[in-house]
Amino acid sequence: MKQRKMVFATIVSLVLFFGAQAVFAAPTIKIGVAGAHSGDLASYGLPTVNAAKLVVKEYNDKGGINGQKVELVIEDDQCKPEIATNVAAKLVSTKVVAVIGHICSGATKAALGIYKDSKLVCISPSATTPPLTQSGEYPNFFRTIAPDDAQARLATDFLVNDLKVKKIAVLHDKGDYGKGFAESVKEFAEAKGVQVALFEGINPGAPDYSAVVNKVGNAKVDAVVWGGYHPEASKLVQQMKEKGINVAFISEDGIKDNTFIEVAGKYAEGVYATGPTDTSSNPMATKAIEAHKKEFGSEPGAFFLNAYAAAQALLNAIAKAKSTDYDKIVAALQSEYVDTVLGRITFDKKGDIVGYGNSLFQVQNGKFVVLK
Amino acid sequence: MEYFIKLFLSGTAKGSIYALMALGYTMVYGIIQLINFAHGEIYMIGGFTALILGGFFFSKGMPVSLVLVFSILLSIMYAAAFGFTIEKIAYKPLREKPRLSALISAIGVSIILQNFVLLSQTEKFLPFPNYLPEFAWLLPYKEYLNSTQLIILITTAIIMVLLTLLIKFTRMGKAMRATAQDMHMAQLVGVDINQVISLTFVIGSALAAIGGVLICSYMGQINYYIGFIAGIKAFVAAVLGGIGSIPGAVLGSFVLGWTESFGTGYVSSDYEDAFAFLILIIILLIKPDGILGRTRRQKV
Repeated sequence: MKQRKMVFATIVSLVLFFGAQAVFAAPTIKIGVAGAHSGDLASYGLPTVNAAKLVVKEYNDKGGINGQKVELVIEDDQCKPEIATNVAAKLVSTKVVAVIGHICSGATKAALGIYKDSKLVCISPSATTPPLTQSGEYPNFFRTIAPDDAQARLATDFLVNDLKVKKIAVLHDKGDYGKGFAESVKEFAEAKGVQVALFEGINPGAPDYSAVVNKVGNAKVDAVVWGGYHPEASKLVQQMKEKGINVAFISEDGIKDNTFIEVAGKYAEGVYATGPTDTSSNPMATKAIEAHKKEFGSEPGAFFLNAYAAAQALLNAIAKAKSTDYDKIVAALQSEYVDTVLGRITFDKKGDIVGYGNSLFQVQNGKFVVLK
Repeated sequence: MEYFIKLFLSGTAKGSIYALMALGYTMVYGIIQLINFAHGEIYMIGGFTALILGGFFFSKGMPVSLVLVFSILLSIMYAAAFGFTIEKIAYKPLREKPRLSALISAIGVSIILQNFVLLSQTEKFLPFPNYLPEFAWLLPYKEYLNSTQLIILITTAIIMVLLTLLIKFTRMGKAMRATAQDMHMAQLVGVDINQVISLTFVIGSALAAIGGVLICSYMGQINYYIGFIAGIKAFVAAVLGGIGSIPGAVLGSFVLGWTESFGTGYVSSDYEDAFAFLILIIILLIKPDGILGRTRRQKV
């Protein structure tokens, strides 16, 4: 009996002790970090963890947000959708206020439904599948990377608004990446009333493309769009110019490689290419990379800057919202411009990043020059 | 009509590219019934040698015409030496073994050579300078045919004629035909079959080197893998025309080139390969030995 009383007393005192602490010290703001931290794709996910740690450390050293310290809850989804849903449920039950992640598009999509129901903001540094934002299904989703079709959109806008083309030929190498780009350009161009006279896949590696080049010449198009990589692109531009077909040639970052200019030589002049904007010269980015080297003793990996910017944007939004309320954070993310390692960014209503993305390049005198 | 002519000519140009390689395949097969899978790699090595030598000569201030002649001649010699050595190392010891052994050995040589170039040179695509002359009189017709395509076409024709003459009318040609008919019998009547087979490989490799230099000049680029892709199509062309037959290889290449070109021009380039193999299947169903292939009687 006496023993029982002791146990009871201990429990009561423990509850009082911790309860008291919960009352007197401000609770931490918990932020989830989810992504592949083990398995094949760990190299995509781990840099995000490091980026989040660095940004949080910076905030906590300055006293946290609104007087509260920030705490990270790190969970591994291995880029697998079925694990991602478990991770999401776990993060929700840990009462995080927002999640940085996930890394892979498939896992992100699986987790997003759970976050949406629990009213949690989710901000990914790397999930690029277009529908995640464009479907409008996930108002709680944001990303600090341009979606897959952004390059196609940029290329199409340039063709329509600047080059004023009426009729184009779209060629691709039948690969996932090149064909995806080609299909997006076709869709956007047709929506803008441009006629897609040709839409064809060619065999990568073939010694000769003169038949398809003849076909392009015969179709009398204003521009040729190429979805694929540089070895075929250099043969195409060479054979086009040799046959006197002097129309604009535009492609994506598959050809934005100096090898393209070396191989195609004089035929590369005037070729347009889209590609991610180079932000590594941003002073804040250089500082972040230095901090990573100091803290972890290595070069940062994939999506580090995107993740760093995601963490910066999220913490800034929580600070500006002066609250961890979902609606206020979302409003702050969409209205506040914030200086990040990717430059001055904000988010549009769908959750895609504004102020960072792709640039349009043109080959001029043997170099890729930024046009816009 | 103009479009038809353009497609016809680009098919012809493409066919002559295939033919330049198919000739080497068919010649080796005709004499020793071996599909020399390493042929594509000899072609690639020929191209690389010319690239390296051409760059060297050019940097020494040699005029372009001499650079062209020297780099082609030396790369032919180098490739011929490669062919000679490969035959001695990888095929000769297997001559009396089942034919499949030599075939596997040929695939092995192909993989070794690709990786040799990958490791010793580069995995990147390199620009290939075009040292071939440009004919001013052809410029107004550049939409139809350019100088390099014309040179490839003429070279193919010359090589086809020379090879046919060599095999039909010279003493060595007679020895080759005898070896092709029956190796042991030829040996019994005094033909030095080792010499004949070596010569076959030397000629085949020299042709591959010529093809390598011309086709790389046309494409403007080179990479360790080009031989494999071009080799497969050339092989198809050789089978189509009747493997073992010299004019057959050229005809087969043109048929393949035209099929691909018209298929691309009038239907879609998506189905280029589908057309190529469809025509192969149709022709093999009608004439199992290829267009000009002779029906071989089963030896008893």
